[in-house]
Amino acid sequence: MSTEQKELTLNMGPQHPSTHGVLRVIVTLDGERVIKARPVIGYLHTGIEKTMESKLYYKALPCTDRMDYLAPMSNNLGFCLAVEKLMEIEVPEKVKWARVCLAELTRLNSHLVWLGTHALDLGAMSMLLYAFRDRELIIDVYEACGGQRMMTSYIRIGGLSHDLPPDFEKKVRRIIKEIPAKLNDYETLLTNNEIFINRTRDVAVISAEDAINYGLSGPMLRGSGVKHDLRKASPYSGYENFDFEVPVGSKGDAYDRYKLRLEEMRQSLRIIEQALDGMPEGPYRAHVPGVVLPPKEDVLYKMESMIFHFKIITDGFKSPKGAVYQGIESPKGELGFYISSDGSNKPNRVRVRPPSFVNLAALPKLTEGGMFSDVVCAIGSIDIVLGEVDR
Amino acid sequence: MEQVTNIDSKLREFINDQFGDDLLRIEDFRGDISYHIKPAALVEICQALFDDETIDAKYLADITSVDWYGHEDASAGRFEVIYNFYLLLHNYRFFIKVRLEESDPKIASLTPIYATANWLEREVYDLMGIEFEGHPDLTKILTPDDLEGFPLRRDFPLTYEVPHFSFNKDDPPEVIK
Repeated sequence: MSTEQKELTLNMGPQHPSTHGVLRVIVTLDGERVIKARPVIGYLHTGIEKTMESKLYYKALPCTDRMDYLAPMSNNLGFCLAVEKLMEIEVPEKVKWARVCLAELTRLNSHLVWLGTHALDLGAMSMLLYAFRDRELIIDVYEACGGQRMMTSYIRIGGLSHDLPPDFEKKVRRIIKEIPAKLNDYETLLTNNEIFINRTRDVAVISAEDAINYGLSGPMLRGSGVKHDLRKASPYSGYENFDFEVPVGSKGDAYDRYKLRLEEMRQSLRIIEQALDGMPEGPYRAHVPGVVLPPKEDVLYKMESMIFHFKIITDGFKSPKGAVYQGIESPKGELGFYISSDGSNKPNRVRVRPPSFVNLAALPKLTEGGMFSDVVCAIGSIDIVLGEVDR
Repeated sequence: MEQVTNIDSKLREFINDQFGDDLLRIEDFRGDISYHIKPAALVEICQALFDDETIDAKYLADITSVDWYGHEDASAGRFEVIYNFYLLLHNYRFFIKVRLEESDPKIASLTPIYATANWLEREVYDLMGIEFEGHPDLTKILTPDDLEGFPLRRDFPLTYEVPHFSFNKDDPPEVIK
């Protein structure tokens, strides 16, 4: 029998269930040890940035939901804030508070799905069902707001598409009341679970210097102990009015990131509660004739509103020449929109700074030298959405 | 707020003093500060910003590109490459922008300084066709290997996908081009 040792190249994905979509990783193995890992992406590339260039600003908005489909409101918010910065639109206070509330609900939604799928990858099957059950409460709020359960497009340029629904507060209060107890339940299932700890402790470690050098953001960066959160560092949409903590990890391993995301969910609930308590009364859309669509009630009864409505829908609005960038803290990390305008009614270029894409680029760094079975854990702890990686 | 104005003037001073010849202009639009520089000086400036202890530009957030095809701006160079830096020490964002000629869209790679430049430059190369000299692995990343052309260029047409089947087999639709 030959005892010759050879490296083994193994293809993982693109339709592997634990790659969260269509990620393909070409792994070179020496026994169980990973020598080289090369992620291959692009299977879901749909040219969203190119599509957005050919649309009026209003019509480009629904493209943003389709990128990170687990965090639609964050994507809407990022794009709207960028366009509002370009057009110098000041939105009413109520809109800011409602947006914060919805963005944090989105964070909860995204983290719950992450928790379920990550635990499923590591063998805890029941977590997926629990997480999806709880997510249903949040999806119900989306449905009440925008009429859609996933691709909401509820946050619009200059405000919201409709006023908040009458039962909004009741629905969200229920989430605030029920979720914390459930998070505690999950912690009893996972946090001190020996199998879970063995699978995640000291796995997929990245140091603070490396995390910065790789441009990581969100929980990936904070897990390594860098206290950087755009909600605190460069507040947008009124985040400076809210009181919340930014949790950080210490080691930068998968377990730290797990603890951190759970803590982030609790902080999100705190922000949601503050947003509900302090939600001011007022219009749900800014009054900027010719740029922001007038409310539908006005369109039916006022002539000027109808004319503006017609003009905006058919011809859009002219934007000043220049380029703006707006970054927000999405559940996955820094989501940025760079809009370059040439003075016409369509953007010259829309660039999305995708947090998942940049975080995924560190996968070789996280996995090389480790065990093959930890690749799955590393992919799960990055928290990628391939719709956003490939765009 | 005071801290932000401090780092703003400090950065202007730093680039003006050390790289005054390479600096074309400073643009301030809606609070986003952009330094337009000559492409040849890019690596040198980034290395200096990276090494300087007060500025400490260790975090490169994004690299992207804009095509000014058919636009009056194209006289300065058709392609614009934008480097998006965030100073973690000062919570301050700024941009470095360079213009590249249509005939020779090439620029030095930032991969020796920033690991994050690896994939971001590959994406710009794949979609906009700008070559990064010195990149360790400049290959396509998003589009299929057999796709010709660079989709994000303005002269790359938006087309429809050819349908593979029709709902009525006796009367197939004309292919929309």
